[in-house]
Amino acid sequence: MEKHNLICINCPMGCRLEITITENGGWLIEGNQCKRGLSYAQKELTAPTRTLTTTVKVKNSLLRRLPVKSSDGIPKEKIFEAMALINQVTVEPPISIGDIIIENILDTGVNIISSRDL
Amino acid sequence: MNDLYDIVIIGAGVSGTYIARELSRYDLKILILDKDNDVANETTSANSAIIHAGYDPKPGTAMAKFNAPGNLMFDKVCKELDVPFKRCGSLVIGFDDHDKETIETIYQRGLTNGVPDIRILNHDEVLEIEPNLNPDVKLALYAPTAGIINPWELAIALAENAIDNGAELKLETRVTDIKKEDDSYLIITDKGNYLTKYVVNCAGVYADDIHNMVAKPSYSIRPRKGNYYVLDNSVKNLVDHVIFQAPTKKGKGVLIAPTVDGNFLIGPDSDFIDDKNDNSTGMDNLNYIKNSGLKSCPSIPFDKVIRSFAGLRATSDHEDFIIGEVEDSKGFFEVGGFESPGLSSIPAVAEYVVDLINQRHGGLRKKDDFNPTRRPVIRFNHLPQEVKAKLIQKDPAYANVICRCETITEAEIVDCIHRKAGARSLKAVKKRVRPGAGRCQGGFCGPKVVEILARELGKDWSDIPYDSSKAYILTGETKEESGGENL
Amino acid sequence: MINYEVVVIGGGPAGLAAAIEAKRNGVNNILVIERDRELGGILQQCIHNGFGLHVFKEELTGPEYAHRFIKELKDMGIEYKLDTMVLSLNKEKVIHAISREDGYMIIKAKAVVLAMGCRERTAGAINIPGTRPSGVFSAGTAQRYINIDGYLVGKKVVILGSGDIGLIMARRMTLEGAKVLAVAEIMPYSGGLNRNIVQCLNDYNIPLYLSHTITEIKGRDRVTSVVISQVDESMKPIPGTEFELECDTVLLSVGLIPENELSEQAGIEIDPRTKGPYVTETMETSIDGVFACGNVVHVHDLVDFVTEESRRAGKNAAKYVKDLITNQGKSFNTKPSNGVSYIVPQKVRVDNIDNTLDIFLRVRAIYNNAKLVLKADDEVIKEYNKKHLAPGEMEHLVLPKKLFADKDFDTLTIEVKEAN
Repeated sequence: MEKHNLICINCPMGCRLEITITENGGWLIEGNQCKRGLSYAQKELTAPTRTLTTTVKVKNSLLRRLPVKSSDGIPKEKIFEAMALINQVTVEPPISIGDIIIENILDTGVNIISSRDL
Repeated sequence: MNDLYDIVIIGAGVSGTYIARELSRYDLKILILDKDNDVANETTSANSAIIHAGYDPKPGTAMAKFNAPGNLMFDKVCKELDVPFKRCGSLVIGFDDHDKETIETIYQRGLTNGVPDIRILNHDEVLEIEPNLNPDVKLALYAPTAGIINPWELAIALAENAIDNGAELKLETRVTDIKKEDDSYLIITDKGNYLTKYVVNCAGVYADDIHNMVAKPSYSIRPRKGNYYVLDNSVKNLVDHVIFQAPTKKGKGVLIAPTVDGNFLIGPDSDFIDDKNDNSTGMDNLNYIKNSGLKSCPSIPFDKVIRSFAGLRATSDHEDFIIGEVEDSKGFFEVGGFESPGLSSIPAVAEYVVDLINQRHGGLRKKDDFNPTRRPVIRFNHLPQEVKAKLIQKDPAYANVICRCETITEAEIVDCIHRKAGARSLKAVKKRVRPGAGRCQGGFCGPKVVEILARELGKDWSDIPYDSSKAYILTGETKEESGGENL
Repeated sequence: MINYEVVVIGGGPAGLAAAIEAKRNGVNNILVIERDRELGGILQQCIHNGFGLHVFKEELTGPEYAHRFIKELKDMGIEYKLDTMVLSLNKEKVIHAISREDGYMIIKAKAVVLAMGCRERTAGAINIPGTRPSGVFSAGTAQRYINIDGYLVGKKVVILGSGDIGLIMARRMTLEGAKVLAVAEIMPYSGGLNRNIVQCLNDYNIPLYLSHTITEIKGRDRVTSVVISQVDESMKPIPGTEFELECDTVLLSVGLIPENELSEQAGIEIDPRTKGPYVTETMETSIDGVFACGNVVHVHDLVDFVTEESRRAGKNAAKYVKDLITNQGKSFNTKPSNGVSYIVPQKVRVDNIDNTLDIFLRVRAIYNNAKLVLKADDEVIKEYNKKHLAPGEMEHLVLPKKLFADKDFDTLTIEVKEAN
């Protein structure tokens, strides 16, 4: 039997989770106020991911940086590798909110997309 | 070949710039040197910003000789140079019989020093004109000629006017040595050497160091530091006069002073320090100021403090100004130990120093084309509606408000960069037109002012400093070097 | 003089929502005045995600959240002016404003909505002793330099204050290659959300020092180090606990203050508790027909709440234009008591309420398993059980009108009752 304490980061509630993994591989969770708590805990304890938000360089625009985000969670250990790739990109207008800036970054299946119009 | 000057002035504070401006009336080749990247960057930029009436100095001292006459010369120079100056008057307030004795002594001194219109007010009269003062106040010495000014604004205006009249200014030029050669002095700096007939030493807290480069050591400066609080200009009607406390054995007490920009200053304390670079504030010092200030005026809203700072006074072991030609170095003139009331005295001191140079030179020739005025500074926020509308029509940059706390426009900032002795740093812009001096302290306008400075000076944003060239703001563009280690 | 029915001052999340809602409620002649070069306000520099969970049931970045409202505003054909600064407002609802494009404008409004937002507390306001070198930034200023202007403000960073902006900037600066050495928080608890402590500090092994503060900043030109000390219960530094961290940058995340210079100049009464205007159930200020919403009224934790509050202000501004708001009938004031630091609204006119009354409040300290007790004068009319109350988390109560409509009382008091 294993016990873990986590803070759920799904939403601003920040529930304090107490997770028990039983001998036969069952998951017991306490402290969550919605069902997303369990899926968060399972992911966080096996393959944690994070949404990455940052900017990319812009040319030929009044705006000097374009805000971007990952379309889904990126494996935690690949965040800085992803940053290094994103930092090499320069974009120019026109760009629409949601446009893909980098497709399938680091083979994660996750895209880096624009967070605003340019 | 060394550049040859008639006069080199060392130090571009209010004394150096004032003397430069007065000398620029004459046919002379003048050079002002300063180690900093802006004029008025040391003692001139951090003090009580008061023009004292002149009752304080002991009769017979140089301070007594110059203060009261100097005070009366401010209206003219401030009008000529478009520098805000207000004769708001001052009160020295007392709470007991001991204070009463002190105030009577100061009153007599004021009469001896020739301070006009001073009188002693009783309890009712004091509270009548200053209702927010501690009701325990017994009496006060009232001096209507005392005034308030931004000393750095005056020095900047003086420098600009001196340059307009032919003087040269070299900043970031540190004097490292001075050599006497026959009839002249060789000024050695980290940026080259200058040969000059006369030298005026206006180096503030460093005046003794400069003096000792050419002359026998005759005095030393050990600065006294003073901490201050600044209140937001949303605080109204706290006091209308500069409020001093009667000095006691325990200390001088702090003053409360309105500023020409509508803020209030509370301070200073007084501590001798050994490091002439040390302008750090201290918690104990600030607490002392707070308590002492509350004694004069119990309703000071300290939750409206927008800033605290400390400044140095160039106190010499002579306990007086040291003004004149140096005995063993003819042609080397001294404005040393120039602590309070130096600012108040400077117009009279400058006149005196110019007279000494005139005598030494055997008569200076006045220029026909000396222009005593400076192109007026547009202070958009203080103008009537119709004038604002016209300005915007003429230059739309007046419609671009950069500093929202003080309503300062892009046009005003651009102007202060392109004037003579113009701004090169964020702090220099703040000293001239005040973005960042308000309650947000540059939070909103800082990036915009950096952008304007970079654009107008043709520099990269990263090359715009906060203050000295070493006080960088930005370390470079993002994305130029990649991030840290993996998690 | 230009005439509008509703003028909204500020084009951030509050102003956008208010303008859209005013239009939805039948007012056509609306103007939004924005001082920046684009709409969206501070959201444009908040490039992180976490916005919109209440309003849109999904997690958006700041620019995405702003985009939805900007698009809606434009689609509805609501007029707006950018790069336009309001210089003054008076009781007659005459606004003086300037812009490069339009020059000096005098605008008359039937109703005004104030949505100017807030600003950050500064180093001067919190009074850290020491030198005054370059390298001390408020967290929001650093955020703007990095996210909008594309410049880094430093490489070795200490952050004072663990509010959400400070936490978000700790991560942001780390991602851009800076080393964040520590976050110091004077309170015994963080002012930020738990999730931000996890994903902004813990993820990057950034230590959070609770009950600690910066007691000295060193460096003549640029920051060279800071001294951090532990504080006692009264938040006074404890001698002997000092340690020094070499750094080139200090970020301050020490609180936000509603920006009410314009309101004060217009003569609007300000609540010293919120530092924003006194408002009624319709978000109307002490001047008839001048409404206020968002962070100019009180500082919110979540933009979603700003949006909801601003929709109410916009809707009521529209009602005011149509003369549907009454000053007649029963009314009462709200009063924060034991453990409650402020309540919005401060005044309630019962006849203007449809079905429910929205109340926002903050508590003074952390409480577990406590109650929020509502009293009409001396009579307890409602108790809410609260598992967890904290100063950093705004409480939102929705009171059914029937709870108080039939009662005669002057003051609605709200207080915390601690568990025994």
